[in-house]
Amino acid sequence: MSAATVGIPRALAYYLYFPRWRAFLNELGVNVVTSGLSNRQMLDDGVKEALAEACVPIKLYYGHVLSLKDKADYIFVPRLYCLNSQTLYCPKFLGLPDMIKHSLNHLPPVIDTMFNNRSKGFLARRTELAKSFFELGSKFTNDKLKILKAFYRSLTTEHRYLELLQSGLLPNQAITVLGGAKNTDTVYAEGSLKFAVLGYPYHLYDDFINVGVLTKLRRLGVQVVTTENLSPAVLVRQKHQYPKDMFWTFSDRAFRSALHFFQEGRVDGVIYVTAFGCGPDAMVYRMIEMESKKYPHIPFMILMIDEHSGEAGISTRLEAFTDMVRRRKKGV
Amino acid sequence: MLKVTFPRMGHSYIAFKMLMEEMGNEVIVPPRPSKKTLDLGVQHAPEFACLPFKILLGTYLETIEMGANTLVTSGGHGPCRAGLYAQVHHRIIEDLGHKVNMVCFEAPLRHPIDFLKKVNFLNSARLSYRAVYQAIKKGWHKLKALDNVEKLTHKIRPRELVAGTTSKVYHKAQLWLDKAKTYGQIDEAYNESVKALNSIPQDPDRMVLKVGMIGEIYVLLEPASNQEIEEILGNLGVEVERSMFLTGWTRDNLNKNSEDVVTCHEAAKSWIPVAIGGHGQDSVGHTVLYAQRGFDGVVQLAPFTCIPEIVSKTVLTKVSRKYDIPVLTFFLDEQTGKAGMATRLEAFVDLLKRKKLARLDTHPAVTS
Repeated sequence: MSAATVGIPRALAYYLYFPRWRAFLNELGVNVVTSGLSNRQMLDDGVKEALAEACVPIKLYYGHVLSLKDKADYIFVPRLYCLNSQTLYCPKFLGLPDMIKHSLNHLPPVIDTMFNNRSKGFLARRTELAKSFFELGSKFTNDKLKILKAFYRSLTTEHRYLELLQSGLLPNQAITVLGGAKNTDTVYAEGSLKFAVLGYPYHLYDDFINVGVLTKLRRLGVQVVTTENLSPAVLVRQKHQYPKDMFWTFSDRAFRSALHFFQEGRVDGVIYVTAFGCGPDAMVYRMIEMESKKYPHIPFMILMIDEHSGEAGISTRLEAFTDMVRRRKKGV
Repeated sequence: MLKVTFPRMGHSYIAFKMLMEEMGNEVIVPPRPSKKTLDLGVQHAPEFACLPFKILLGTYLETIEMGANTLVTSGGHGPCRAGLYAQVHHRIIEDLGHKVNMVCFEAPLRHPIDFLKKVNFLNSARLSYRAVYQAIKKGWHKLKALDNVEKLTHKIRPRELVAGTTSKVYHKAQLWLDKAKTYGQIDEAYNESVKALNSIPQDPDRMVLKVGMIGEIYVLLEPASNQEIEEILGNLGVEVERSMFLTGWTRDNLNKNSEDVVTCHEAAKSWIPVAIGGHGQDSVGHTVLYAQRGFDGVVQLAPFTCIPEIVSKTVLTKVSRKYDIPVLTFFLDEQTGKAGMATRLEAFVDLLKRKKLARLDTHPAVTS
């Protein structure tokens, strides 16, 4: 029996969890293919299929799934509910498999394993996740020991991935390094400026949808740090004055890291990247914006992207912001 | 002295007003959301916040202008954004330079101590816990009466002989119930209202369509936010059955295993198997149930960028095809106009009528 091929769309949760999934599936002898980098074709396909009111990342996800249609035996669209026993994911993540299954036709079987350990205790939250991985693994093999080994392997891979991120790599670089490639561009052109660029992973690391914000900043001589470069412990310890945490994992991370960068004060500017029509972000970016007023010495900018974002518009705003920060820095 | 206000959601303010007054607070009754409310909300809310967020913010700012200093609202624990409303609203209002108390009630069974603390804070008359409990119970009684009267208007309105009579009587009934202060008075007002509504001249031979209403709770319950869609539909000869009332919703939230919830989630199971926040799963479940009960159509109401309703709308396309039940969705925002909605509704009702007539022709034994 030839090995099955599982397609994983290169969008949404990919940027944080792909290494773990890939390690797990590979260890089981399953081939993993991803859709390529986002492109115009995918976006157009997605816009055509998805609901008009949905946000850009969801539309793009549709495009990625469609591009995998003929390349894989299965498509992995996990139902990410809660991975840390506290924060959830956006309702669109919770209903993602349902949206995909019920609105796209002629897809290969969709694997929609649910990952949920909300409100579970210290031990139970780990066993709940292990259970989900066993459920996923049992689709491909009956060998429990093999699944256990793969699960262990996925843990070590994730650990290594987080280490790479904390060493200053961004997810795309870290994923290629994990894949065996040489680390090509860790050496930043040691810029005179350092910006924290915040936002959801699928806005920040998809060069197509954000029209290359990170690349452009690097070209402008700016060193970039993101939420993913912070250690999880820093984020957990970060205090805020509000009665409730943000409900959604990515939002909570973005909000806490924004507070961290503001309070630490070691960055020259903070840029928040958000997408048109993003539900959770409507709350998050406003909260961050109001927080930023308390730190007038750190300039803050919100950059909104949508399916029509133009190269020129984003470039102009980034250049203006960088110039402004640079002039301020010289002035002081 | 606390000057209390709360979000206006349909007629629920009548019951809340009585409860808050009995606890010894001065109540600033939130005005019906208007153009001004929405403008205020839009001006200060984040662009992609949903419509209820903007209306609520506008209402708070309006009532603060009228002298309110305590805002009472409800919380939640996600993943719907509504759970975060209170703290974001509070922050925005503070940012605008107003000092107010924000009292945000969480689910009492999950956070009992927090609940009691907040009750104590609002208890200006220093009532005993027993008396507070009695007051809440009476408020609940009134709310039930209000909901039942509204349900009755949905039945009468499509059959009335003179257009607009039901709305007029309903308005009067609300005033009666507002004035009622004791159990006896509430019951009396309720009975009077039912009698008045039932005595509206009706046309028994009219073909009446049945349409289910699903969607997000705020835009379903507050007529000002949905351009009085129930009235428009009623005047077009459609009997509306709304999937959600405040009493029903509260009951279902306190008891996850109530029969309604279980059947609804059971119906939604093959489409959206888990709760995705807000009313996403319920919307799908209710559509299936309406289809099985032989309704002619379903209207979905959702605020623009409402996340759970986007998921359910995506799935509903297929549900609608499978169960052969037409679904019309409105994503409401500050730009929504009444005329545009009315036109779409007229077309939808025409379609339903033709469909029903065709069905009656082929199965003459079936009567409406």
